[in-house]
Amino acid sequence: MTRPAPEPFTDPVAATAPDPAAEPVRTHEDTPFPLVRSCPFTPPDDYAGMRERPGLTRARIPSGKRPWLVTRHEDVRAALSHPAASSDARHPAFPALGDGEQAVAAELRPFIRMDPPDHTRVRRMLVGEFTVRRVRAMRPAIEAVCAEQVEYLLGRQTPADLVADYANRVSTTVICRLLGVPLDDLEFFRRITSISGSRDSTAEEVNAALGELFGLIDRLIDDKSKDPQDDLISRLATGPLARGEITRHSLLSQIGITLNAGHETSRNMIPLAALALLEHPDQMALLREDPDLWPGAVDELLRYLSVADVITLRVATEDIPLSSGTIPAGDGYIALLGAADHDPEVFPEPERLDVRRAQRNHVAFGYGTHQCVGQNLGRLEIEIALRVLFDRVPTLRSELALADLPARSSSAIFGLDEVPVSW
Amino acid sequence: MVTPTGSTLRLTADREVCAGAGQCVRAAPDLFDQDDDGLVVVLRADVPPEASERALTAADWCPSGAVAAHRPR
Ligand code: HEM
Ligand code: SF4
Repeated sequence: MTRPAPEPFTDPVAATAPDPAAEPVRTHEDTPFPLVRSCPFTPPDDYAGMRERPGLTRARIPSGKRPWLVTRHEDVRAALSHPAASSDARHPAFPALGDGEQAVAAELRPFIRMDPPDHTRVRRMLVGEFTVRRVRAMRPAIEAVCAEQVEYLLGRQTPADLVADYANRVSTTVICRLLGVPLDDLEFFRRITSISGSRDSTAEEVNAALGELFGLIDRLIDDKSKDPQDDLISRLATGPLARGEITRHSLLSQIGITLNAGHETSRNMIPLAALALLEHPDQMALLREDPDLWPGAVDELLRYLSVADVITLRVATEDIPLSSGTIPAGDGYIALLGAADHDPEVFPEPERLDVRRAQRNHVAFGYGTHQCVGQNLGRLEIEIALRVLFDRVPTLRSELALADLPARSSSAIFGLDEVPVSW
Repeated sequence: MVTPTGSTLRLTADREVCAGAGQCVRAAPDLFDQDDDGLVVVLRADVPPEASERALTAADWCPSGAVAAHRPR
């Protein structure tokens, strides 16, 4: 299948005077964004049309900005690995979906919103912690965490909540152990990320939530500088911070983003992935027959669900030519990971969950120099959390029909607020 | 240039641009490793023919453009 060549873009909004009484224009040059999922498993339906037609789609986001939407797999990869792709939230055209998010990112500068060479320096302080080998060695510890948390779930009255009573506890425990954050309050991070990750939060609300988190990390840096333990915060405090390679202010942001990013993604992925397998008993049967399929199934679930769909916000510092059109220098754009992961040119029958689909070139973890630093941990955590859950609770079932499940629609990472289950 | 089938690929990996997420190690653990700092190390620069598909997959998955597989002339 070949696609029509891109046509020069003409802006109908600029060309014709808008009639204020008319319905908002819903052409592909002025698509209200973000879009909602009609099914919790599938990225918004309109992505298909955007991928097919020539030319890039221009969105209108709540702030009034008009970033371009990139949807084809080859274009998303190209747009994220191009040297002119900037993640710097201080740029006025940076297309943050919430105003709070933009102001806070511009001020705190977490490395997910930095460009090289600053980005490279921070990222290199962390990559050694997440190598394939280091993460493989974490397997027994993660198995122990999941085994403990599944017993907690089973101790709850039914219907229990797969999000609060299992996934949140697993993801919080794993990331906190790795960083060396004591676990007095498993709901603490859930509360913080639900504010800091929400498009509806103001800059003040995000700052207050992050202030609480940073206060905690600040005290930990002090303690661990004096009495280092075998954890990431201790290594950063006694290494780069002690050597003056990073400021304390920056280190707080970098630890904060790692905690947030590592917690919310897995917390959202685990319940959605469990539901997806419950909805596809044929795929579940394949996994029960041949557990070696699990690692491939996790990549397929990551592709299929693409929960971080709209996290990849960028500004083009030069023209970026793509198969579907050119992003002009100075404009903001969003490389839609869910649209790329459902591109039928790369993934035949993309809406089908196929645990034997041996294609791991999805972009659920992004692409380019910002590609998820915690991806090896994320994969392992999801795999173990699901295997332990289905082994220990073979009769698990969802209490609600898919359409009735409450979605976290205002969050940067797609997820469900609550998933009532019984067994 | 026509390359005879079965000719070996040659691997290069640029540690300056490596983003350290280990896609290469996942694609071809016999050809790549990561050092303690998470950066790529090429284990076998001359790819045996039976591993050439894995080498090409590693180059495709590498998000930073650090890995390249060339046909030597
Ligand atoms: C489990 C599913 C996960 C998904 C789907 C996911 C997705 C992503 C995506 C798409 C990005 C790229 C953002 C961009 O390009 O702007 C990213 C970056 C990042 N992720 Fe993940 N992630 C996951 C798990 C984790 C875990 C477990 C950690 C824990 C350490 C983590 C920490 C980070 C950090 C720190 C970044 C910023 C990297 C950079 O900018 O260089 N993530 N993640
Ligand atoms: S896949 Fe590329 S970026 Fe990742 S570790 Fe290997 S060489 Fe580095």
